[in-house]
Amino acid sequence: MSKPLDQMTWQEIELGAILRTPGSAREYRTGDWRSQHPVWTKSRCIRCGVCWTVCPEPAIIQEPGGYFDMDPDYCKGCGICARECVTGCIAMVPEEE
Amino acid sequence: MGHREGMEVSIAVSHAVQLARAEAIAAYPITPQTHIVEHLSGMVANGDLEAEFINVESEHSAMSACIGMSATGARTYTATSSQGLALMHEILFIASALRLPIVMTVANRALSGPLSIWNDHSDIMAAKDIGWIQIFVENGQEAFDHTIMAFKIAENSNVLIPTIINMDGFILTHVVEAHNFVDQDMVDAFLPGYHPRHTLDPKYPVTMGAFAMPEIYTEVKMKHQVTLMNSYEHIVKVWQEWGDRTGRRYQPVERYKTEGAKTLLLTMGCLGEVAEIAVDELRAAGEAVGLVKLRLWRPFPFADLRQALAGADLVIVCDRALSPGGAAPPVLAELRSAFYPLSSRPQMLGFIIGLGGRDVSPDNFKDILKRAQEESSHGPTQEFYLYGVRG
Repeated sequence: MSKPLDQMTWQEIELGAILRTPGSAREYRTGDWRSQHPVWTKSRCIRCGVCWTVCPEPAIIQEPGGYFDMDPDYCKGCGICARECVTGCIAMVPEEE
Repeated sequence: MGHREGMEVSIAVSHAVQLARAEAIAAYPITPQTHIVEHLSGMVANGDLEAEFINVESEHSAMSACIGMSATGARTYTATSSQGLALMHEILFIASALRLPIVMTVANRALSGPLSIWNDHSDIMAAKDIGWIQIFVENGQEAFDHTIMAFKIAENSNVLIPTIINMDGFILTHVVEAHNFVDQDMVDAFLPGYHPRHTLDPKYPVTMGAFAMPEIYTEVKMKHQVTLMNSYEHIVKVWQEWGDRTGRRYQPVERYKTEGAKTLLLTMGCLGEVAEIAVDELRAAGEAVGLVKLRLWRPFPFADLRQALAGADLVIVCDRALSPGGAAPPVLAELRSAFYPLSSRPQMLGFIIGLGGRDVSPDNFKDILKRAQEESSHGPTQEFYLYGVRG
């Protein structure tokens, strides 16, 4: 993108508002929509990857040890990972706490 | 130059699309538009038109398919009417936002309910804000001419806005008229191939139809608004060139015997010719009345209208649609709004006529003129009048 969206004038909009840069949605960080976030209890995690599979964003990252964590830039806090976790090791914690 | 031939106006329009060398058509049949796409379908099947014709299961799909085909860079055409236009509604905004120069004929017909297959303008008036160029024609010749011109307008690299040609259902679509045709060489010289600014091409990928954040949506809308208003000059230029080539000249606002007229009728579409008869008869009787016909509906031709109505004391705006619960029917509302900022402006009275196919005769126009002058002399009793309603 040539310049940040909130600085572009109407004259600078591409014809038909097309986007020439693939994957530019990455620049829009949806993480600030979140009102809660997932927290993994590693002692109960079997590293099966169900949370990683079901995350619709995808905003779950597998760490070097094979455990999982959220990507804070994109996790919207939907809670699907916690609902689907096989061992119940994911808790959804309100953002404020 | 081409020959003169009598044929049903819908068939003449299909020949205009053929002469324009449309490359892609997706359509669904709906009365009274069906004959147009039926004949195009036959032309494609017989090899008389080299185009892709996609049969679809609804008008929603028809416009969606047109968007896809136009996005690949094909010259794209469709036609619809009434419920079909309503079913397309959400897709129409996308076609204009993506700046795809699709040309569509709308055979104007009343919207349900109650179910009516007959002519009025309620279908297009419910779609006036879709961001397309919108033009009205008055007879078969105009329907033919404007169909070809619409491609050149829509595809102009400074415009790239889809365009609707409105023709009154049945009254135009199903009558046999004499048309002056143009030959293929003339059309080819007038209308070169469509050169899109960008297309769906795997070699140069682009995203069309991405979402817009609140930070940018307003700017996108502003660009569309400015482009649509600026399309005016290109529309007029295309009509000028056509006039030079064929001798048939068109203006955004047409005037008929307006010289010295203190009272003016204003119509859109085929009723203009009926109103002409009333004006002729009243002029012969010494009354200073005239007629103004609004051809270009979007972009709204402010300057032409202000000029055309400048000398009048009373303008009688004839709408063919109701805006239920609104301040005024659609055309009257626009006109009043356009004239409100002026320090000197004519009085405007609105008469809604010809709803759901009800006939309008020259005598009706004379009656409307008489009633409007009476209402004007003692001050209007209503915001607008539903002419001829019983009870």
